[in-house]
Amino acid sequence: MTHIKTVNKANLKQTAAKGGCGKCQTSCQSACKTSCTVANQKCEAVK
Amino acid sequence: MIHKYKQNGHYVVLDVCSGGVHEVDELAYRLLDYAKPPFSDSCPDDITAKLSDFSPDEINECYLELKQLYDEGMLFTDDDYEKYADMALNAPIKAMCLHVSHDCNLRCGYCFAQTGDFGGDRMLMSKQTGMRAMDYLIAHSGDRVNLEVDFFGGEPLMAWDTVVETVKYARSIEKQHNKNFRFTITTNGILLDDEKIEFINREMSNCVLSLDGRKEVNDRIRPCINGKGSYDVIVPKFQKLVQGRKDKDYYVRGTFTKYNLDFAEDVLHINSLGFEQLSVEPVVADPSLPYAITESDLPRIFDEYDRLEKIMEEQKKAGERKFNFFHFMIDLNQGPCVIKRLRGCGCGNEYVAVTPDGDIYPCHQFVGIEQWRMGSIFTDELSREIKDKFARLHIYSKEGCRDCWARFYCSGGCNANSFIYEGDIRKPHTLACEMQKKRIECAITLNL
Repeated sequence: MTHIKTVNKANLKQTAAKGGCGKCQTSCQSACKTSCTVANQKCEAVK
Repeated sequence: MIHKYKQNGHYVVLDVCSGGVHEVDELAYRLLDYAKPPFSDSCPDDITAKLSDFSPDEINECYLELKQLYDEGMLFTDDDYEKYADMALNAPIKAMCLHVSHDCNLRCGYCFAQTGDFGGDRMLMSKQTGMRAMDYLIAHSGDRVNLEVDFFGGEPLMAWDTVVETVKYARSIEKQHNKNFRFTITTNGILLDDEKIEFINREMSNCVLSLDGRKEVNDRIRPCINGKGSYDVIVPKFQKLVQGRKDKDYYVRGTFTKYNLDFAEDVLHINSLGFEQLSVEPVVADPSLPYAITESDLPRIFDEYDRLEKIMEEQKKAGERKFNFFHFMIDLNQGPCVIKRLRGCGCGNEYVAVTPDGDIYPCHQFVGIEQWRMGSIFTDELSREIKDKFARLHIYSKEGCRDCWARFYCSGGCNANSFIYEGDIRKPHTLACEMQKKRIECAITLNL
């Protein structure tokens, strides 16, 4: 492609298949305590 | 649904529901004002006519590239995730904010805990209550192995014996219950000494160290009880702690207010003190207070986030990344699964706060608000009604989230903010949303 560079391929749908295990950190415990971002958390099922 | 934005010379297109991120040229960026599914085999004439400063051949070529992305499921994909929305019902509790101290040795002007006591009596948690809280967490954690406990306050170092004994007790029973405790602590640093630093660096997987930035900024709003600034006392202690931390996580965490809307300077200052893991966040405060962030501050705050992004991007290009900024961190490839992304922090459902006398609340920011008291670790009660209410909070049940491009990144935002500002845990606080969206754009730009 000459006009588009894909930086991240679509992967959210795949994560649904094995997702929801709940092993991951709660997103407020890590640093914020007054706001919430989830996308900066790690998946703990992927090692 | 797509979202597109320009930042620091980049044209960025997000495919919201697939997680696809594309950096495009100006033509593709503008073409997306008009090109939408269903796509034709060539660019329609009325669209070509709208982009007369490009050649028809070029426009058609670009149109077909967009069509290809669409065909491959990387553009204009549908939201197919609502069927997972109620998966958190009946989730066990896996994280606890342990309020070992409802007292504090600072008098921060913006403290949401009313200088530490959360509107009640000043008190410390006993060792017995701390240990009982660990039993409670284990008993309610189902098959979750990793259990997170954050020692919080007020100032948790004021209840140091309770911190130590609670950790020792949890460590003594974790194996027999097949659990792995991850302790963290959020401290203002005043009472840190060598013994505490050694213990924290050994036992705590993360620690959050409160410092607002430049000395004058910090000391204006984070004075000691005697009115003197706290900066000179805490900075050397934090430096010593971080030097001994090795590869363990930490964040130096600051709050910015209307008094320091040039907060990028504070980020850079904290970095200049030798700290590399940084988080500086907007204050949560009643809009009538003089230091509160209000809507009129947003343009200035956005400029400041842009400035910070640009600085970090330049450092990255030069191969000299000097610090991480918590809210600009996004792992585009191996972030959380979409099911996690449907809801925020999990407060009131997977995450609770426990007060010095053992009462349970959805999170630290709800502590002391009677209507949100969920129960007590001593009676083993836990309000099913409140737990279910929080379990059913997700991007499909919160006002405005369903159609927001940022919903899979912020996941509906902070429930406490919603309640404090909007009076309803289902109504996201719009000011927080606007800042969050800006931070997400910056974070993604840094990943290009």
